[in-house]
Amino acid sequence: MLKILKYSFYDLMRSRWSYVYFAFYLLLGIVLLFLNNDLSKAVITLMNVIIILVPLIGTIFGVMYYYNNKEFTELLLAQPLKRSSIFLGQYLGVAISLSMSLILGLGLPFVFYGLFESSAIWDFSLLLITGTFLTLIFTALAFNIALSNENKIKGFGYAILLWLFLGVIYDGIFLMVLIGFEDYPLDKVSLIGTMLNPIDLSRTLILLKLDISALLGYTGAIFKQFFGTNYGLIVSFIALSLWVILPVLRMTITSKKKDF
Amino acid sequence: MKKLVVFLTVILMMDLALAQTLEVCKTCPISSIKAALAKAKDFDTIVVKKGTYREHNVVVDKPLTIIGKNYPVIDGENKGEIITIVSDNVTVDGLHIMNVGTSYTEDYAAVRVQRSKNFLIQNLVLERLFFGIYIERSSDGKILNNKIIGDAVEEYNSGNGIQLWYSKNVEIEDNIVQHVRDGIYLEFSDFCTIKNNLSSLNVRYGLHFMFSNDDVYQDNEFSNNGAGVAVMFSKRIKMYNNLFKDNWGSASYGMLLKEINDAEIIGNTFQDNTIGINIEGSNRIIYKRNNFSNNGWAIKVRGACYENSFTENNFLYNSFDMAYNSNVNDNTFDRNYWSNYTGYDLNKNGIGDIPFRPVKLFSYIVNRTPETIILLRSMFIDIIDFSEKVSPVFTPDDLLDNNPLMKKVTW
Repeated sequence: MLKILKYSFYDLMRSRWSYVYFAFYLLLGIVLLFLNNDLSKAVITLMNVIIILVPLIGTIFGVMYYYNNKEFTELLLAQPLKRSSIFLGQYLGVAISLSMSLILGLGLPFVFYGLFESSAIWDFSLLLITGTFLTLIFTALAFNIALSNENKIKGFGYAILLWLFLGVIYDGIFLMVLIGFEDYPLDKVSLIGTMLNPIDLSRTLILLKLDISALLGYTGAIFKQFFGTNYGLIVSFIALSLWVILPVLRMTITSKKKDF
Repeated sequence: MKKLVVFLTVILMMDLALAQTLEVCKTCPISSIKAALAKAKDFDTIVVKKGTYREHNVVVDKPLTIIGKNYPVIDGENKGEIITIVSDNVTVDGLHIMNVGTSYTEDYAAVRVQRSKNFLIQNLVLERLFFGIYIERSSDGKILNNKIIGDAVEEYNSGNGIQLWYSKNVEIEDNIVQHVRDGIYLEFSDFCTIKNNLSSLNVRYGLHFMFSNDDVYQDNEFSNNGAGVAVMFSKRIKMYNNLFKDNWGSASYGMLLKEINDAEIIGNTFQDNTIGINIEGSNRIIYKRNNFSNNGWAIKVRGACYENSFTENNFLYNSFDMAYNSNVNDNTFDRNYWSNYTGYDLNKNGIGDIPFRPVKLFSYIVNRTPETIILLRSMFIDIIDFSEKVSPVFTPDDLLDNNPLMKKVTW
């Protein structure tokens, strides 16, 4: 598995797309920091970018990589290798190279800006951690979609739909539910609803570190009580980890059964 | 005329010559304040030397000046009220008063002024108190430079730092009030000035007005109070250059206005509050040159607010600039700076060419269903906010700033 991971990783590191992705984040980081002059404001803008773009790029890249490498994968399948290690290796190769582009691309400008002397370092690390989680989650979901769909167009379609659903449509439904049941106590429902969507969960986690004054209204108190404490933080990270583990498990199981 | 002046001077000299100074200390002939009060004649001065005096129910019923040297401690031993002033022209200066008794039936105070005029209460330090300085049906007094540090935890068993009740023309300046129920409380008190005070960490309000008209408060700082400052059922209050900050919490705001008419709110700063100003049933108020920065809601309008005008204010990085719960608007917004404004200024006159709508659809939704706050900054919310901005359906369509400024207002 490690060998395949290494191969995928080096392959991607040599590819143009990783550099474009890296350069994009580098540019974004530099522009935000040196035109904005306010670290915490820059972190908020970055959050908006991260919770939308990272999942999108993770899904598209994952699907694309799987379909492009299909022939090579079939070649590997002919060798005496465990199936799970082939797919896990490829998945980790993509996910790790994407995460590295993100972390380095955003991290470098912030380090040059003097992040280590700033109090925003914790907000920023949380941002990078959730960004990495989102990459891991959406690449895994993308691999699942690609594995289940032989048709490339269909696969891409589902991948985009998935991103659209979790990024936008889910919030719409969530909002309708909250408004529809406004006569009932909704604290628990809204907590659970947030937990079920990795994008919402990441957003809430970062927001509670940054934008808490609004959330501290009389309903905000209960969210703060949950997400603001170590207990809430741990539960949130467990939820995010589950979002990584479950798709990866499904990926290994389907890849074992699949007839190539 | 000249004779009259000479006559008056002579009278004054005689008066001064007659007025004597009594010293109180542990080893003096007079060893308690009560004894000194009994011996003193009108217009005498009582000097209290350093030491601890265990006394309560000290009644000052003559026009006297009581001065503490090096902050003598007056310990009420939690037995009740400590100093009660029932005479005009009394000065109390430089005492350290502690351990006022707590009662559920009577409002014991460290210093109470009752039906008196021309009092001066200054440089006191009050500790472990129930009520601090309680002014009752009195007028023309001054409360200066006092430091009131309570230990209030709950609302029901604590009192207020400085309380005015049916009093007129009182100046409250340079006081520090912390850890009491209401920092400064005015009830039925008109024409008072509240200036340069620091009121913080109080259980309920930093400043609380009830049924008090024509008062001015300026250059005060109100921070970290349970619920900020409340101004209720009052008319013609002037609020200038105050700082309201860090009033955070589940039911917290910088300032609460309820049934306030014809007030002026100018030059104040509202910073890091859950709600900057909460307005309910308030009319003809002028909001000018205030800074609202980093609040959850800068302004929350609850209804029945008419003919208010908001001009030249800065709204900086608030999660919501404004929340409004009705569809009707009778308030005017003009020449404010909104950091959320995304318009342009083609003719470079410093005024944006397209109007700004301070009320977003999301703030309307949050008003209706508070739990939806969890969707703050979600992409879906940005999309519906945008569509509402283009064609308002739920938010009042005439609530807009026609001349939003491109740059921050400075003054």
